[in-house]
Amino acid sequence: MGTNQVIIASVLLVPLIAAIANLFFWGQSKLQRILGSVFVLVHLFVSVLLLRHIINHEFLVLNVGGWLHGYGIMLAVDSLSAGMIVLTSFLSVLSWFYSSKWFKAKKVAYLFNVVFFTLQLGLIGAFMSADLFNLYVWFEVMLVSSFVLLTLGGRRFQLEGAIKYVAINVFSSTIFLAGVGMIYGLTGTVNMAAAGLSLDGISNQTLPMVAAVFFLVSFGIKAAIFPLFFWLPASYHTPPIGISSLLVALMTKVGIYTLIRFFTIIFPLEGTMLKTVFMVLSGLTMVVGVFGAAAQTDFRRILSFHIVSQIGYMLMGLAIGTPLAIAGALFFILHNVLVKTNLFFISGLVGHVAGTYNLKKLGGVFGAFPIIALVFAVSAFSLTGVPPLTGFWSKFMLAKAGFVSGDWAIVVVSLFVSMITLFSMTKIWNQVFWKLLPEGTVFKQKSFREVLNKYPVMLGVIGVLTLAIIGVSFFPANFIEFAEKAAGYVVERSAYINHVLNL
Amino acid sequence: MDVLLSIITGLLYAVGFYLLLHKGMTKMIIGIMALGYASNLFIFIVARLTRGIPALIKAGESTVSGEYADPIPQALVLTAIVIGFGIQAFAIVLLRQVYLNTGTANMDDLNITDKLEN
Repeated sequence: MGTNQVIIASVLLVPLIAAIANLFFWGQSKLQRILGSVFVLVHLFVSVLLLRHIINHEFLVLNVGGWLHGYGIMLAVDSLSAGMIVLTSFLSVLSWFYSSKWFKAKKVAYLFNVVFFTLQLGLIGAFMSADLFNLYVWFEVMLVSSFVLLTLGGRRFQLEGAIKYVAINVFSSTIFLAGVGMIYGLTGTVNMAAAGLSLDGISNQTLPMVAAVFFLVSFGIKAAIFPLFFWLPASYHTPPIGISSLLVALMTKVGIYTLIRFFTIIFPLEGTMLKTVFMVLSGLTMVVGVFGAAAQTDFRRILSFHIVSQIGYMLMGLAIGTPLAIAGALFFILHNVLVKTNLFFISGLVGHVAGTYNLKKLGGVFGAFPIIALVFAVSAFSLTGVPPLTGFWSKFMLAKAGFVSGDWAIVVVSLFVSMITLFSMTKIWNQVFWKLLPEGTVFKQKSFREVLNKYPVMLGVIGVLTLAIIGVSFFPANFIEFAEKAAGYVVERSAYINHVLNL
Repeated sequence: MDVLLSIITGLLYAVGFYLLLHKGMTKMIIGIMALGYASNLFIFIVARLTRGIPALIKAGESTVSGEYADPIPQALVLTAIVIGFGIQAFAIVLLRQVYLNTGTANMDDLNITDKLEN
């Protein structure tokens, strides 16, 4: 086992060890926090090592259990996986510190400190797996962890949200398993690369198409695309905001990641009727999400609906399918994870200070805490795509790709949706930041200094994230270059297949 | 045998989806279980059924000779059963908590999170 294999394994092992270690220190919240902080930072470090290795060598494959290529469970990391892993790791660090002061009940805190890492484990596993069934297992690890996180604390609306979330995810897993079964029946393998190769050789594409639709429905539910998104705005805003933001940032992106993987390696979209289906779905996802948001009056619910709308943009990249479009979608994922999480973090801070998330009861934040308002404005502008912020670059790449390939209709829809997004953000701005504080609502802290004293870590995390957004906005070249490289490999699937099967 | 099992699988899927959509919580759990069985059986059947020929290497030989039952789907189903068991256990505890918290076992009453104002 060379150092390469050690790196790839350690990215998985660190969260696993962290979860087990924190289980041993059940009852010692302080110790768990310290251990956890060390582990999230170590994980970020090994992820960056992995990314560096991928940038130099492009590909890393680990045969778990020493089987021949293509037979046993395989973990494969290409640029796309490595990028997602580093993003997950980075966001985990921020969420971990952001949620530090969150849980008053002791037992809840103990559990959070364990389940946080099993969720991270499931996410990383899903990004690495090159095996369909193994992917299913990672999905379940991730899902059960998210079930627990959603219900932590056990307040009534949390439980209600969780029921819907559990039911739809059981459905999604069932469909996924049936799809895996069909692929195995058709090709005799559950290795993604091998299955992709064998499916090319099947002359009657009806059954593979059925399997493809199974996967589309299953991952569509996870990614919250139209018309399978209703669980998201019903559940994501219910848990404490530290948990919400973690789920928001990463869970739906796993859905998009697997969609991109599946519909490039196993079922290439080009020339099938699924391309049109994806195009229509992406347009509807954008439009319905953004109009859903326009009707809401809860800070977090508006943001939740916007996630749906933005998933549409990522799907649009996949539907157009040119390297530039996929690169745009990947850059959009980076943009969305940073910006959306920051908006959720800010909403959590405002919610804490004001004691409510209801737009009607909120107000006057600009007057009391101009710095928080400024940070929100940066993120909101970025979300709508005002140049030169991150949203602009990603939307520009997508729109350009759309015009180049002649899919102008979807570009028009996406630009229209951007304008409605601006409307939504203006609504939050007017209601939360601009208008005077309504009677009956009192800020618990009177000045920014008091907020800083009370929530130093939370403000620090928001600061780091805002700096990251500004950094990516003004120096996008490296990120775009990386996204284009990753997209190149994704579109040109032979590289992935050859590496995984060692052809 | 294949036909019979296929029909049973189809029925289990139908029952599972119907009960999952039912407004009674207990029925939802039964639906989750039925769906689990259905997908396990499905994997088992699509991988082709073989009877009485285990994939064992006979003494003195180095590979399996002739036709044999495919062990991979069995391994997959075993894993899926264990995972399904975990999910079902969680679902049962969750529904019990919901019942204790809200005092109702009717899904139609659980719509707080969908209201515009809360």
